[in-house]
Amino acid sequence: MKKIFGYPESLTPSHTHYCPGCTHGTIHRLVAESLDELGVRERTVGIAPVGCSVLAYNYFNCDMFEAAHGRAPAVATGAKRCRPDLVLFTYQGDGDLASIGTAEIIHAANRGEKITVIFVNNAIYGMTGGQMAPTTMPGQVTTTCPFGRNTEHEGHPIRVVEMINTLETPAFLARVSSHTPLHVIEAKKAIREAFRLQVEGVCFSMVEVLSICPTNWGLTTAESNKWLEETMMPYYPLGVLKRPAVDRAPDPMAIALPEGV
Amino acid sequence: MAKVLMKGCEAIGEAAIRAGCRNFFGYPITPQTEVPEYLAKRFPEVGGIFVQAESEVAAINMLYGGAGVGKRVLTTSSSPGISLMAEGVSYIAACHLPIVLVNIVRAGPGLGGILPAQSDYLQATKGHGHGDYKLLVLAPSSVQEAVDLIYEAFDLADQYLTPVMVMGDGMIGQMMEPVEFPEMRDLGSLPSKSWAATGARGRKPNIINSLYLKEEACNANSWKLKEKYDEIVKKEKRSEAYACDDGELDVLMVAYGTMARICKTAADEVRREDKKKIGVFRPISLWPYPYEALAAEARKAKRILVVEMSTGQMVEDVQLAVLGSKPIDFYGETGGVVPSPDDVAAKLRE
Ligand SMILES: Cc1ncc(C[n+]2csc(CCOP(=O)(O)OP(=O)(O)O)c2C)c(N)n1
Ligand code: SF4
Ligand SMILES: [Mg+2]
Repeated sequence: MKKIFGYPESLTPSHTHYCPGCTHGTIHRLVAESLDELGVRERTVGIAPVGCSVLAYNYFNCDMFEAAHGRAPAVATGAKRCRPDLVLFTYQGDGDLASIGTAEIIHAANRGEKITVIFVNNAIYGMTGGQMAPTTMPGQVTTTCPFGRNTEHEGHPIRVVEMINTLETPAFLARVSSHTPLHVIEAKKAIREAFRLQVEGVCFSMVEVLSICPTNWGLTTAESNKWLEETMMPYYPLGVLKRPAVDRAPDPMAIALPEGV
Repeated sequence: MAKVLMKGCEAIGEAAIRAGCRNFFGYPITPQTEVPEYLAKRFPEVGGIFVQAESEVAAINMLYGGAGVGKRVLTTSSSPGISLMAEGVSYIAACHLPIVLVNIVRAGPGLGGILPAQSDYLQATKGHGHGDYKLLVLAPSSVQEAVDLIYEAFDLADQYLTPVMVMGDGMIGQMMEPVEFPEMRDLGSLPSKSWAATGARGRKPNIINSLYLKEEACNANSWKLKEKYDEIVKKEKRSEAYACDDGELDVLMVAYGTMARICKTAADEVRREDKKKIGVFRPISLWPYPYEALAAEARKAKRILVVEMSTGQMVEDVQLAVLGSKPIDFYGETGGVVPSPDDVAAKLRE
């Protein structure tokens, strides 16, 4: 009998520490499936951030680093430059990537590092108990903006992929969501394409994934999904923002894709 | 191999290549920018990778990545940049990764000045980043010694799986001296690193990590580090005693790096002109500090004069070596003021 669905080899068979309803786990799975399908698990190195996904090194069944808060793109840069034959990805939250690690992500993208960045935007600092993130929505209540984010005082939420889209350097940039099965299917396509472009040696690739944090949003999972759709999605539009030109000469370091992928 | 005349910073870059390093990540800062400039030009000839990072914070994390995938990696910087690297070095030490970093010290605190100083001694030997970790710190006093210590630093880093710092003042980086380079290391002969994150092919994943949420595990890693540091203390102390071998000394000077060279000249002058016996003790490893070797020389001396291009950061270590048995005086200038041999001689005559 042909197996048509199973547990991805690129995930370890462990119970995660994520809260019920949290979409970090779903996003992990999409990354793992992509690595499996591209046949690259055994030459992949992932970089876990500081945030709720700090323990991602326990969940991905590939070589992993745990980086300092925000520095994952620099760690990935060093690893990839030293070993261009490896597949490098970072997995980062919005506090990690869009606040303390802003310089690292912008410059890794601008140098066109051949790495894949999975950016989980849940509009809050999950791990430290629900403080304001650079992506927190106007009016959204967090423990450090208890009266709602005041744009006069805290500025407006940062649209990271749009910001990176202003760079000249070729890249694959997309924003997807993880809150409905349909969105998850689209998210998978983007994540897989992001990895595929890296494997082909084409460009820097980054996928922002809108994600829910029921625990720190103080909502049920269903309410969280609704809030994401009604509040975040209009401000953070989904779609592919940038694709590398198709006739771009392949990188000499590129490794051929396995047959049928 | 014939000697070549070379600026300290460039010689440091070449020495790293000889040692088998092909990966440099760094950010420009005076007075060490000639290292990245040299390597940016020279690396293409030997298949090296040069990346100008967006900051020292990023540079040290690139080293973390490069060391973690098993390569010999180098960064060079100067005082303010080294401060920014503290976070990354702490992670690298905690993960037992080998890196070499060079601090061509400039005057501080704050933005300070670009002239030579020795005011990062405490940062390098006692402080720097957070947590229970140590840097193995080597202090050359000539361009030749900088070359030799850089060459060795990569082996020490790999041997102990620890960050090694070569600390020179701006003078070491900027002056030109004749140097002889060691042989080019055969890259195939470098130690293999089975722990590196190079892809989990046919084995369990390797994880480069410093997070231990369970207190017993975190405690165990700190003690694992301590054990390694104890071994380094036992085996890696280095020092030089100059003109200390003719009976009782009137003064034993203690100085490192460029300052030690100046002190030697002053010692010769006072010996010649005043017929006083002056010796110089020069620590080469600043951590581990050569306490016992210093104590042995101090026993011969009537008094001790510590000389530094700082306000006296090494004095505590000299006190620890001598344990109150001899009077200790201090002479120092900093901020880029470099005491001349005559300045030091005047202190010896006081
Ligand atoms: C240098 C440093 N500063 C602060 C922290 C504390 N800290 C841990 S996680 C975190 C925020 C993480 O939020 P985010 O990146 O959005 O990830 P999430 O938990 O939401 O997935 C902070 C501030 C730290 N570990 N290191
Ligand atoms: S705190 Fe939020 S982001 Fe973190 S695991 Fe829980 S739901 Fe997920
Ligand atoms: Mg977050």
